[in-house]
Amino acid sequence: MNETPLWASESFWKKTAIWVTAGSFVILIVLTMDSLSQTTAGGKRVPPYSVINKKIDYRFNKELNKSVPVIGGDEFLFGKQLSEQEAEQLVDLGKKTAQSRNCMNCHTILGNGAYYAPDLTKAWLDQGWLSKELREDLMVKFLMNPESNARTFGSNRKMPNLGITEQEAEGLVAFLKWMSSIDTNGFPYNFKTIEAEE
Amino acid sequence: MNTPQLDNVIPKPASVLDKARIYRDKFKAWVNLDSSNLTAGQQLAVKYFTVAVILFVAQILFGLLSALQFIYPGFLYGILDFNVNRMVHINAMIVWMLYGFIGSIYWLIEDESGTEIVGLKWANIAFWVLTGAVTLVVLVYLFVQVGPGKDSSLWFINEGREYIEAPRWADLGITAVMLVFFYNVVATFSKGNWSGIAGVLVLDLIALVGLYLAGMFYMTNITHDQYWWWWVIHLWVEATWEVLVGVIMAWSLMKLLGVRRKIVQTWLYIEVALMFGSGILGLGHHYFWIGMPEYWLSVGGFFSALEPIPLVAMVVHAIYDSGVHAFKTVNHPALAWVIAHAFGNFFGAGVWGFMHTLPQINLYTHGTQWSASHGHLSFFGAYATINIAFFYLAIQQWRGNVWMAAGTRHAWRWKWALGLLNAGVVGMTVALLIAGYEQSFIERAVEGSTWAGYFAAQNQPSFQHAMNWRMFFGLVTAAGLGLLVWDLLTIGKYEERKAEKVVEKVIVH
Ligand code: HEM
Ligand code: HEM
Ligand SMILES: [Fe+2]
Repeated sequence: MNETPLWASESFWKKTAIWVTAGSFVILIVLTMDSLSQTTAGGKRVPPYSVINKKIDYRFNKELNKSVPVIGGDEFLFGKQLSEQEAEQLVDLGKKTAQSRNCMNCHTILGNGAYYAPDLTKAWLDQGWLSKELREDLMVKFLMNPESNARTFGSNRKMPNLGITEQEAEGLVAFLKWMSSIDTNGFPYNFKTIEAEE
Repeated sequence: MNTPQLDNVIPKPASVLDKARIYRDKFKAWVNLDSSNLTAGQQLAVKYFTVAVILFVAQILFGLLSALQFIYPGFLYGILDFNVNRMVHINAMIVWMLYGFIGSIYWLIEDESGTEIVGLKWANIAFWVLTGAVTLVVLVYLFVQVGPGKDSSLWFINEGREYIEAPRWADLGITAVMLVFFYNVVATFSKGNWSGIAGVLVLDLIALVGLYLAGMFYMTNITHDQYWWWWVIHLWVEATWEVLVGVIMAWSLMKLLGVRRKIVQTWLYIEVALMFGSGILGLGHHYFWIGMPEYWLSVGGFFSALEPIPLVAMVVHAIYDSGVHAFKTVNHPALAWVIAHAFGNFFGAGVWGFMHTLPQINLYTHGTQWSASHGHLSFFGAYATINIAFFYLAIQQWRGNVWMAAGTRHAWRWKWALGLLNAGVVGMTVALLIAGYEQSFIERAVEGSTWAGYFAAQNQPSFQHAMNWRMFFGLVTAAGLGLLVWDLLTIGKYEERKAEKVVEKVIVH
């Protein structure tokens, strides 16, 4: 007489658990395939590595109501035009350098990481590099010797010397320049770039 | 003969070893634990628990160092920089929790399957391999720290990806050890009895180990890199780990309170459905700003907003069962920590997670101390607590299943450890929340996240006070941990009374 109602039945919930899990996982796989294909380097959201040959900006778009990357005309990095393959190699060196020096445990990259130092997502576009003419040079010098080129903005927090070579520093600058061109759906909000000064 | 003074000053290796042995023996005599109270499987489990506690202490130590650097940036600058200390802090945490989980599972499968662990020899070898690897990884973190921007650095020094920094060789080793563990679980249940709990456990472990593989690849494309990186981090803590603690809770509630199996298993299935149903697609809350398509704003926002529901269900489950059984249990500290887990999980993950999970809010809080506030309360509340509960279950058995209910000697120790640890973490959480609000406002909303904006926020008095309070409550946490370790080593030492037997009680309403 005392029959278990469906909502209290073990086997009902077991089946529900299996179906819900399997269903969610299938949807995730489908979304993953779509997302990865939309974000290969060279697509609309994530530009090709050779974008480092171009001028990059990040501007507020009234229609979309958010900031979007704006890719402009030629603006070679370190005065050299790179082929797609050369550009990829340089960015790759930068990315590996960022990992091997453990940047992410002080900084955030795309907003993820640690909170001891500024976000690097749009570091290439930051007004902290004073002017576009000085920027590349200043970045390389800073990365190679952050202690004596430190600008701590009154915080006394200094980046340590990580033994970054000149080549690696150039790779890092390429990586940061390329990353600043990624469409991050408007993060960071309200960011004024080094271009905005002009 | 010709340098007698020097001989006396420099201790001979043999005498150092002898001394160490004497200290070890003295320590053992003081602790006075009798391993013959444990089955072979339980002896294996307590090895894992021992390393877990040691790593927990290391976690807190390096947390304190990192926190101090926020206040005195020059402290250990160039010797142990912030990134090194922080990496050890969070890696020690992930690893000690995994040790705790593995130990707990080894502990419960014998009881649950009704037979002995099948591949005990392999399991022991795996334990020593893992522990050796962990030691080596930490030594390299501390003494090598960084390498050139080449693959070899990622293989042997540091992968530089938060939480899963362990170099590739260690990834492979960890995977091998996890496979041994997985084999043992499956083979033990196959030899003994399967149960609903066993089924959920095995499927969950497949997912847990499988997900780790997603974090083992190098990619130049940072957007893809972070896409897979979150598969490991998020799908661990907000899906597979949650279900794993669901399993541990289910078993513990049967053991601690004598709750009926049918009730516990039905709840477990409900929790799995709700947790995976919200947590798997809730992954999208990490895909808002990393370059992924816009539909993740809706998918991630919607599903992650549902994630608190299973956590509410877990609180209801634990508290209802405890209430029904009038909080009558054979192990007071363990039950207290189980209840701390239920609330900590709900507040740390459910409430603190929910508060910043919608994209409209996350745009401002993303990557600020807000995340750190949530990270501390959730990892502590959800996972440190349940592991500590299990340490207490284990030590009770290790002492010979002695009395640990009302009227235990020196009960103030576990009560104060419980109080200090929880107060310390809650205090840090609130301090970080204040810092996070200030950052979201000044750095993000007003200044637009430039470097100047970042430092403007860091230099605000309210931020700096928050860092001081975090330090203070960090010390409270550390005091609680010291007391906890002392209590674990001594509780039940001179206890003569045996624990009552818990029987499955059928409650008549
Ligand atoms: C026990 C379960 C959980 C744990 C251990 C946990 C832990 C963490 C940690 C450590 C982070 C920071 C990651 C980083 O370093 O970048 C994080 C981020 C986040 N968590 Fe959780 N979490 C849990 C559950 C939840 C839940 C249930 C929600 C939502 C309802 C949530 C929402 C978020 C969000 C939105 C972020 C991103 C923060 C940002 O944008 O910076 N979490 N979580
Ligand atoms: C003495 C106590 C502790 C202190 C002083 C401390 C300090 C710190 C510091 C300074 C950071 C770096 C945050 C940043 O990048 O700005 C951190 C990160 C973190 N700690 Fe702790 N911690 C303590 C205890 C704990 C405990 C008990 C847990 C969890 C069980 C924990 C989990 C974490 C997590 C998950 C992160 C990364 C958070 C994120 O990236 O959002 N910590 N801790
Ligand atoms: Fe998440």
